[in-house]
Amino acid sequence: MQLLANYLYLIGYSFAIFVLISLGLAVIFGMMRVINLAQGEFIMLGAYVCVEATKAGLSLWLAIIAAGLAVGAFGIVVERLIIRFLYGRILDTLLATWGLSLFLVGGVTIAYGPQSESVGATLGNFQIGDISYSRYSLVVIIVAVLLLVGTYALWRFTRFGLIVRGTMQNAAMANAMGINTGLVYMLTFGFGSALAGLAGAVLVPIVGASPQLGLSYIAKAFITVIAGGPLPLLGTSAASAVFSTIDGIISYHSSTVVSEIAVLLIAIVLLRLLPLGITGRLRRGL
Amino acid sequence: MRFNRRQLFRTATGALAYASSAGLLKTARLRAEEPIRVGNILDKTGGLNIYSLKQIQGVAMAVDEINAAGGLLGRPLELHFYDSQSDNQFNSQYATQALAQDQVKVIHGGITSSSREVMRPVVRKFGGLLFYNSLYEGGVCDRRHVSTGMVPAQQLEPLVDYVVKEQGKKKGYILAADYNYGQITSKWMQKMIREAGGEDMAVEFFALDVNNFAPVIAKIQAAKPDVVWSVLVGGAHIAFYRQFEATIGKKNMMLASTTYGVGREQTELSAQEGDGIIIGTSFVDSLPTAEAKAFVDKFHKYAGNDEYVGEYGEYGYRGVSLWAEAVKKAKSAEPDDVIAALDGVSVNGGGGKYTIDGKTNHTTMDIHIVKGNATQTFDVIKSFPQRPPKDTQLVCDLVKNPDDTTQYEPKI
Repeated sequence: MQLLANYLYLIGYSFAIFVLISLGLAVIFGMMRVINLAQGEFIMLGAYVCVEATKAGLSLWLAIIAAGLAVGAFGIVVERLIIRFLYGRILDTLLATWGLSLFLVGGVTIAYGPQSESVGATLGNFQIGDISYSRYSLVVIIVAVLLLVGTYALWRFTRFGLIVRGTMQNAAMANAMGINTGLVYMLTFGFGSALAGLAGAVLVPIVGASPQLGLSYIAKAFITVIAGGPLPLLGTSAASAVFSTIDGIISYHSSTVVSEIAVLLIAIVLLRLLPLGITGRLRRGL
Repeated sequence: MRFNRRQLFRTATGALAYASSAGLLKTARLRAEEPIRVGNILDKTGGLNIYSLKQIQGVAMAVDEINAAGGLLGRPLELHFYDSQSDNQFNSQYATQALAQDQVKVIHGGITSSSREVMRPVVRKFGGLLFYNSLYEGGVCDRRHVSTGMVPAQQLEPLVDYVVKEQGKKKGYILAADYNYGQITSKWMQKMIREAGGEDMAVEFFALDVNNFAPVIAKIQAAKPDVVWSVLVGGAHIAFYRQFEATIGKKNMMLASTTYGVGREQTELSAQEGDGIIIGTSFVDSLPTAEAKAFVDKFHKYAGNDEYVGEYGEYGYRGVSLWAEAVKKAKSAEPDDVIAALDGVSVNGGGGKYTIDGKTNHTTMDIHIVKGNATQTFDVIKSFPQRPPKDTQLVCDLVKNPDDTTQYEPKI
């Protein structure tokens, strides 16, 4: 019973982290095919906005929302200034976003200094059996699931989602139908950035904000989205589920080092067996 | 006039000496004014910079102070700073540059044990001198290396005694950073906990970029230790203290650490997250002595702010002061002369009296057991005056074996 609770908690928490860090990338890389190496830095910016907003007196929850909006707006600026000239030019996007990533790390280091900052989230803990768990971890799990479901609903059930999916599938056709594809690309990129900003803000009470924060997440995010395959949302959630189950169980019985190795091994095996990713065989869906 | 060979030689020598005397004098005067170059290699950026930021200021403050007082041996000091960016590769690169190109007489710096170990061979190769101003796992026996920080026999032994014997927290769970400092310190910890009659339930290592501690916190709760020992290092690991407080809480389980505080962790955590953690230290800002207060005031004035200074800021100042004292004693800044003069060199600093032991090139100092409080500083619980670096003294004798360069490790 205790073991089961531990597993559930650790797997759920690990799942939430995988989903949070890779959901924005699932939109930007999975749907739009933009290799955004600055995605980790969008997460980092979200963390800093959250710290600043709480310092300015907002509650943590409002600060999290503010971080999402601010980073979303920042993403739109980035799309207008850099990304929109580079659609379809994969190597150039890669270089440009890498440059952006270095620029953001350097910029934040200059602005805030290199040390880390944080906000306290004192929600206390709850007990199952002998073991107490952090309440805030539950918040993280709930936010991750809400974002996942919300994103899915937005793409699947709204007119905006339909237009976005149509544009991503065939931009020329969508354009011919009278859709302003430039605007759609811009908003989609902004949405993916906002998801990253939210992720950073939600994680900040646990991990703190530092200029290097994004670097620790970017590789994991790409691995998750790539292992997920061509259906960005379903794929990313499936890959997160697989990785977090392994991560949760192995990190409990062995150590975090071993569990990270195990996750990477599984990712390699997965991609060897399903070269197109987990959802490679599926024809339709999101 | 006829010269025989001997006379010719004598006259020629005299003439040469006379002709070159102006040049000689000129060189001599130049030498007298030529600055003594001091290298400082620390991490201004990157994940380990929490340990370096204040130390960089501490080193600069000591150098400026010496220069304001007329320099050393009549020569000013010239500080060369190199940012090693929390990456050992830069430590070896800049150590080479400092010694070969910039001709520094001493390098102050290195924070992690791994950065020290990449610099030691370089310093040896160029016949330089390294002041390693950092607490570490002990045992480095190398005449070109001077340790001014705490080693386990100084810091850990009284800490283990206090926690295990006085507080009766026998069962310990050890979390350590996964590199040579964490690996070796955790061995010392196991050894000392066992010797104090306690039990080391588990040791777990964490890569420096790990910031998710949920799995180990669940494991700790299942194992039910009396005390958790943290040998965690760097910015990412600060997350542990947050997550520990959000789950187990220090009111339910004691938390003791060898590394907490030196990176000014308590200033980045909330008051509650830092309240109650037990550490061993040779300097905290709140030491109740006049020296400590004077040092902190001086530092605040120099830095232009009133931020917490902490142990590593003090180490930077301490390292330069000890080196300068040795230079004065040697009447030379050449590394080999300074090394020969190191034994018994002593200064009074913010944390009391520091004396270098020439047998090991380690430093005797006062040690305090302190406890984090709700105002983001520390309360002193117990003090241990003038503790020698006993662990290293047991294995190292540089007087007998000046060519030794080994780092000795504990056997358990």
